[in-house]
Amino acid sequence: MTADLALIWPELILTIGGLVTLMLGTFLGDRQVGLYQLAALLTLAAAAVAVVALFGVNASVFSNTLAVDNFGGFAKLVIYGASAVSILIAPRFFAGGMRAEYPVLILFAALGMGIMASSRDLMTLYVGLELNSLAAYVLASFMRSDDRSSEAGLKYFVLGALASGMLLYGISLLYGFSGTTDFAGIAAAMGGKLNPGLIFGIVFVLAGLAFKVSAVPFHMWTPDVYEGAPTPVTAFFASAPKVAAMALMTRVAIDAMGPAIGAWQQIIIFLALASIILGAVGAIGQKNIKRLLAYSSINNVGFMLIGLAAGTQAGVQAVLTYLLVYVVTTVGAFLVLLQLRDADGNYVESIPALAGLSQRRPGLAAAMAVFMLSLAGIPPLFGFWPKLLVFQAAVNANLVPLAVAGIVASVIGAFYYIAIIKTMYFDDKSEVEIDGSRNIVEGSIITVSALWLSIVGYLFIPMLTVASAAAASVLF
Amino acid sequence: MISVGHYLAVSAVLFTLGVLGIFINRKNIIVILMAIELILLAVNINLVAFSSALGDLVGQVFAMFVLTVAAGEAAIGLAILVIYFRGRGTIAVDDANRMKG
Repeated sequence: MTADLALIWPELILTIGGLVTLMLGTFLGDRQVGLYQLAALLTLAAAAVAVVALFGVNASVFSNTLAVDNFGGFAKLVIYGASAVSILIAPRFFAGGMRAEYPVLILFAALGMGIMASSRDLMTLYVGLELNSLAAYVLASFMRSDDRSSEAGLKYFVLGALASGMLLYGISLLYGFSGTTDFAGIAAAMGGKLNPGLIFGIVFVLAGLAFKVSAVPFHMWTPDVYEGAPTPVTAFFASAPKVAAMALMTRVAIDAMGPAIGAWQQIIIFLALASIILGAVGAIGQKNIKRLLAYSSINNVGFMLIGLAAGTQAGVQAVLTYLLVYVVTTVGAFLVLLQLRDADGNYVESIPALAGLSQRRPGLAAAMAVFMLSLAGIPPLFGFWPKLLVFQAAVNANLVPLAVAGIVASVIGAFYYIAIIKTMYFDDKSEVEIDGSRNIVEGSIITVSALWLSIVGYLFIPMLTVASAAAASVLF
Repeated sequence: MISVGHYLAVSAVLFTLGVLGIFINRKNIIVILMAIELILLAVNINLVAFSSALGDLVGQVFAMFVLTVAAGEAAIGLAILVIYFRGRGTIAVDDANRMKG
């Protein structure tokens, strides 16, 4: 037991750091915003160092409920990075309304997501998922006086609770018909002939997880929640929880349901195709950038699911690479959105207001163009690489029709990304004056991520391949 | 003699009622919170029935976790509902339409 404690340092650091930040907030009041921010960032950095220090360890701790391995480590590093950015960008957005809960909630959400990514028992899976979800519901309604924010929180809560309910029902069936909550034990029970109880369990568990990654047909909360939540929170929702839920789905599918691939592969293929097509079609005609990015995230989840549907190590590697590139791109796009304020200091969210941005803020427009083209997966940009990996994995797993359908749908998806670029570069200047004020931290994050996504990213391919292979191989 | 099958049937009925309660109800968000509790209770019945049929304690431990999390979830749900009511003055489901698209 005590030996196990040494292997969960990242979780311990996050727990202690979160509690300390909470205490600081309680005793010092809401004015010391910089201090809480610093405490939370240091906590995340320390947890990331602990994850790196545990690289290569392959153990399961606390009676086989939690796995300490490279797969969880990879996911955790991405999650901590995205969480740190969401903490960095918050004070400027909330201005006077920044409260100490924000970094604390992000820390606890990150803790929950870390547990999700490394769970190998249905019980840890559930507790990790709820730790993340409960923090997320509060974050969505963080701007208490804003109607849209509270409505977003309410919708997220109701649909998220329904998703947890479905997931739990599936979990109870898996437990009952396999006699254990351990992933390895469930996999052993699935090795033989599948009985209807196990199949129902698989369906319910996948439906609940599809909710969390916002795959069609369980996506309906996404546009509303993304639009209503405060922008830094939306940036968080679009990045870190996606990584955690996707990693969890991968681990459940491969580790716990691996022998029953015939049963879940069709479900994942359906989710993938439906998400790609609906994400692409639904985004057309959106006027709000946050809504558009919500549909874009649904679309991108579909591509990740193609990699999972392959069910091979190459497929899982593609999913992990995709997650990393997607997180950098989407966080960058939300950061650009955060730079757009009108003369009164109100945040601009409508797409027509972007018209003529290339003349007012050429650098910002160029960065946005890079993010949009990268989300669309257009070749010179780095967003193309994970899409290629995903399709390659699908083709090698004899899923050629799925890959073809995905490529066709990604052409439809490119339409609305390019429409944004057209608005920024070729439309007449909109009446909304975009304020020229700059923030050094946010500006440099945008610059670095845009550069990484342009050509520089290709230099990292060998590194990414090694890292994702080290992570994916522990599942096989 | 009551078998596991009976418990499963009851819990399936409760689960369905809970899901229908969320989707069919158009009037009151409090009712949705009750429907969510119904779903979680259905799961607990399942877990405990399986636990006793299998002679394995894990199911009952799991049920305890579910109970605890459900309490936290209800507290957060009601807190969000209070904020929502303060801003909007109503908790009717049909009025939750500030965002469209």
